[in-house]
Amino acid sequence: MSAGGNALTRSAPWRGTAWAMGKLGISGRMLVIAIPMLWLLVFFLAPFFVLGRISLAEAIIARPPYTPLFERGPDGTLTIIASLENYRFLLTDALYRNAYLSSIRIALVSTIFALLIGYPIAYYIARAPEPKRSILLLMVILPFWTSFLLRVYAWMGFLRNNGVINNTLISLGIIDSPIQMMQTDFAVYIGIVYTYLPFMILPLYANLTKLDGALLEAAGDLGASPVVTFFTVTLPLSLPGIVAGCMLVFIPAIGEYVIPALLGGPNTLMIGRVLWDEFFSSRDWPVAAAVAIVMLVLVVAPIMWLQSVQNRRGDG
Amino acid sequence: MRGWFLPMAVVLGFVFLYAPIVSLVVFSFNESRLVTVWGGFSTRWYGELLRDRQILGSAWISLQVAFASATIATVIGTLGAFVLVRMGRFAGRLLLTGMITAPLVMPEVITGLSLLLLFISMELTLGWPAGRGLTTIIIAHTTFCAAFVAVIAQSRLRSMDESLEEAARDLGAGPVRVFFDITLPVITPALVSGWLLAFTLSLDDLVIASFVSGPGASTLPMVIFSKVRLGVSPDVNALATIIIGFVLVAVAIAGWLMRKQMSKGL
Amino acid sequence: MAKAAVAAETRPWRDPRAQPFISVQGITKRFGDFTAVSSVDLEIFRGELFCLLGESGCGKSTLLRMLAGFEQPTEGRILIDDADMSAVPPDRRPTNMMFQSYALFPHMSVEKNVAYGLLREGMKKAQAYARAGEMLKMVKLEKLASRKPDQLSGGQRQRVALARALVKQPKLLLLDEPLGALDKKLREETQFELIRIQESLGITFIVVTHDQDEAMTLATRIGVMKDGGISQIGEPQEIYERPNSRFVADFIGSVNLFEGKVDAAAPDFIRIQTPELGAVLVPVQQGLARGQQVWAAVRPERFALSRQKPQGAQNAWQGVVEEMGYIGHMTQYRIRLENGRLIRASQSNRLRDEDPISWDDHVWISVSPQAIRVLDE
Repeated sequence: MSAGGNALTRSAPWRGTAWAMGKLGISGRMLVIAIPMLWLLVFFLAPFFVLGRISLAEAIIARPPYTPLFERGPDGTLTIIASLENYRFLLTDALYRNAYLSSIRIALVSTIFALLIGYPIAYYIARAPEPKRSILLLMVILPFWTSFLLRVYAWMGFLRNNGVINNTLISLGIIDSPIQMMQTDFAVYIGIVYTYLPFMILPLYANLTKLDGALLEAAGDLGASPVVTFFTVTLPLSLPGIVAGCMLVFIPAIGEYVIPALLGGPNTLMIGRVLWDEFFSSRDWPVAAAVAIVMLVLVVAPIMWLQSVQNRRGDG
Repeated sequence: MRGWFLPMAVVLGFVFLYAPIVSLVVFSFNESRLVTVWGGFSTRWYGELLRDRQILGSAWISLQVAFASATIATVIGTLGAFVLVRMGRFAGRLLLTGMITAPLVMPEVITGLSLLLLFISMELTLGWPAGRGLTTIIIAHTTFCAAFVAVIAQSRLRSMDESLEEAARDLGAGPVRVFFDITLPVITPALVSGWLLAFTLSLDDLVIASFVSGPGASTLPMVIFSKVRLGVSPDVNALATIIIGFVLVAVAIAGWLMRKQMSKGL
Repeated sequence: MAKAAVAAETRPWRDPRAQPFISVQGITKRFGDFTAVSSVDLEIFRGELFCLLGESGCGKSTLLRMLAGFEQPTEGRILIDDADMSAVPPDRRPTNMMFQSYALFPHMSVEKNVAYGLLREGMKKAQAYARAGEMLKMVKLEKLASRKPDQLSGGQRQRVALARALVKQPKLLLLDEPLGALDKKLREETQFELIRIQESLGITFIVVTHDQDEAMTLATRIGVMKDGGISQIGEPQEIYERPNSRFVADFIGSVNLFEGKVDAAAPDFIRIQTPELGAVLVPVQQGLARGQQVWAAVRPERFALSRQKPQGAQNAWQGVVEEMGYIGHMTQYRIRLENGRLIRASQSNRLRDEDPISWDDHVWISVSPQAIRVLDE
């Protein structure tokens, strides 16, 4: 080490260190930012570019099973081969349009049922005295910690023609022949409501516990019946909880694959399932990629936009 | 909402939540192969399950994947949350905010397909990852689990008194030291629950794993799915019962630990 | 002669040749469009207990955080013991801070909290814990050394925070509302405790507070802050007796302000013509020009009340008692003058008065010229 360096360090002990710290601090800071940033750039953002690029290719029987984006001509020039053929196919074939619409319909119906079932439970838990409240809350969360797939499977045993429900009804003499419940849209609704019910109850519960009991007493004191109080005070005040719960059910429901695959019938069209079949059964990667891109634009983008609007309103 | 309506709605709601699970458990002890027709008590399906090399192997793979991806996701999610909450302005902040929360609303089929296509393109151009298997599943699970960890860590960091970190700086600790001495211990409970959530999500995932796994790397949900697709099967009931028992024990231990912690604090 | 020397030693700010220990030079801090602190100059001397006093949002905490190094000034610089602090991060500064929230590390015992700073200096563990123990003895907490912060009362936490900030013997201790979280009674006891500790260690303190009583009790000098700037710096008595503006006069204690114009100079007095009181006589004062707009400021306790017209009073007016509040050691009055102006006056109850002045009494209210402060802003 040079004498000059020593003198500098000696004259102001912190100065040399501060300089080094500053150097290190800056690069350290960049390193800390870079780790999550790079991971997400490579494994979250980049895949969408690959997806977009393959959605512009054509399916061929090869490895990989799609045409390259660039082609080197005999004179050495690069030409871009991109076709919007897949997208035109999606637009013209009614299957895809129906699948999109039916996904939205199924998700919407399921969300409404989840709300109707979840609201009374959330309300009851929020109003329950303390030891009971924690136990009930735990009972709502508990199924979530067991396997999702196995919970859907449980309903297969329930809804089959020789399943628990039909067997019980027949042995009680209520019906003579089994009711067809499996492989219907009804089974898909049940599966979605069942799987995502905790996601509806928890935000509702969080909202309803914050509701001041004095407000209900005040409404009663001013002459409102319990039913009127519920519709004029409780329900409007719990609207943020309702919105949050509905989003948490609707968003995952719309891209659902497992539930329609296990409980739904051949006519239960959902876009997640169409994408899966296009990829695994038809092996048409470019069309699957195009389905994913359209799903991203039509479904995910509006949801993300809605959420960011909501967040901004929440901040203000 | 008084009188009989509310309690009845709640009872029916809980029946709805638990009846399928209870029947799952009950029929796992059924002698008959017909899952829903009672043929006497038996534990034969448990024995069959324990002899099923495919299920045992895939369970081991799932546990490895879940452990690795929960751990990496906790590191990445925590770093991401720390960067967003504590590091002020920097270039790309908005991009990072979007990328870290977007996986939460991304349909699994899209995440799975796009990651698979990425892995294939990377293999073609870079030669890595060679084929698909454990590594690619871990990467995929880490990416979507990191989002969940980041959400939990972010809310904990926001509620943490920033003057704790300033006090440590003030007492002579450098930025790295402050992170390990103060920030990390204070947010550890949140990170533990983040890790547990990530572990559960990874164990549970079927769709993404189906896209990005390769031959010889089938996770437990993939094996179960291929079994139940063909119809109900009693050894799956046995497996479900074991998982439910495991979760109950884990919840009981967590509750006991929490109560012990609380009584120590008071 | 000896007395003057003592004065210069204990009040170095009165000595023009004294070297300041901390020098804040033209400090400005902006957050976007908002200016939190604007061109503040401040000199603080070794061993002082300096209070920054102001309402919330006046910039006092930002100034303190710049001294600690948590915020970088937009303009200007800070010198501590002649060393420029601009490039020095908080962990390298010879300052320590006691936080408003105390910021005790929740996962460490009291003892570990106090020893933390010493260990960061590279001190041996045994020695650090011994020093921490001494410090805890000084704040009378040695018996609670192994407790966690959430097992302590508010007052105990406050003392741990103080011990932790003092244990490194910083050149400068910064205290952000140190007594703000304590209840009134404990706060009064702790004030004197804080002064005792400060004097015994000889460390320079800068205290940020919004509580004027606290500032008056603790401080060697007070800097009154408003809108990011310092309105006045002075000893507590100086701030109270000779405020330099209507803002300071009104902020510290209570005051009656009468607007007027400088009218004429009598041999011993200056006459100020006010619309509300007519002519008011004030002592001769430098820098007042004829016709200049000024305010006559009178503290409530400086007024004398009497039923008869006081003999030889230069400033006396008649009015009616409209409100009174008996507090015990004193009584507060609101007196309506004939022209409608309401005046706040207070009288200390030194004697037990059998026939005190009360509601609707017609009274004379008078004030000596020396008790009036003339303000020009």
